[in-house]
Amino acid sequence: MAGKIVIDTERCKGCGLCVVVCPKNCIVISNHSNKNGYFPAQVTNSDCTGCAMCAIICPDVAIEVFYESKVEAAKSNKKGKPNLIKEKA
Amino acid sequence: MKTVFMRTPTLKDCPTHYCPGCGHGIAHRLIAETIDELGIRGRTIGIAPVGCAVLAYNYLDIDMVEVAHGRPPAVATGMKRTNPDKIIFSYQGDGDLAAIGTAEIIHAAHRGEQITVIFINNAVFGMTGGQMAPTTLLEQVTATTPRGRQTTSEGYPLQVSELLALLPGAIYVERCSLHNPTHVRKAKKAIKHAFELQVSGAQGLSLVEVLSPCPVYWRMTPVKAMEWIEKEMTKVFPLGRLKG
Repeated sequence: MAGKIVIDTERCKGCGLCVVVCPKNCIVISNHSNKNGYFPAQVTNSDCTGCAMCAIICPDVAIEVFYESKVEAAKSNKKGKPNLIKEKA
Repeated sequence: MKTVFMRTPTLKDCPTHYCPGCGHGIAHRLIAETIDELGIRGRTIGIAPVGCAVLAYNYLDIDMVEVAHGRPPAVATGMKRTNPDKIIFSYQGDGDLAAIGTAEIIHAAHRGEQITVIFINNAVFGMTGGQMAPTTLLEQVTATTPRGRQTTSEGYPLQVSELLALLPGAIYVERCSLHNPTHVRKAKKAIKHAFELQVSGAQGLSLVEVLSPCPVYWRMTPVKAMEWIEKEMTKVFPLGRLKG
């Protein structure tokens, strides 16, 4: 996973603009309403590339976007959790 | 992990009162980001309009004043002339700027006041219930034109930016749209350029017109509203730099 988005579901008004602009179809509208009665957007799959199109079009600034390059991800894997392939060998 | 996109500090961390899919939220963010990028948060004074964005001062963490309907250019004139070091911008809708405040904006541009105007054009009067505005398109159904706007009785859509671009006092006039991420980025560039001109002390008025959706009073879903801007609204209000 290169990119990651965090949707503030209580801030989201469920307008669905992010769903349309996402080039990887990562976002859908949830079936559960938030406190305000809106059906917020939620992330479905991990194809996110961190392009931030959803955040740019979001009228309520409810989306935060993060990006981790593959090199960085490999480094954090060495430091943190044990590498699964090595364990098997 | 690198942060690609986060809320900018000038945009207060509170929910807005706007309807789902409203363009004001995007426009507020673009202005807030511009102010932070230029580092002028401490010396910027904004003017909130009468219209849906009347509560803009609740969302932007800068000094803001609220002005009588349509009069922001007149008040901005006084503010800029008495405080030339301050950055003054007005945020106006089409009811504010194109209807009741037409005289003020034309004369502010004609005098070449060094202010920045952000003009949000959504082709209806949003706050009062979706009545026809001067910028309403032909055949568009609103609360006061139930059979669609007709040239015989209601006239033609008013293209304020073209009008102002003719005046020598206006140094920068551009029309942008918020209908997709590409155009949101272009709108951001235009807004930033307008502020930069004022910061650099350019002699004249800079205006950015932003085509913004009003899904509720266009009787559409937010996604359809964005498509409508692209297909219908940009025909009457062509995008691009008109001057400067």
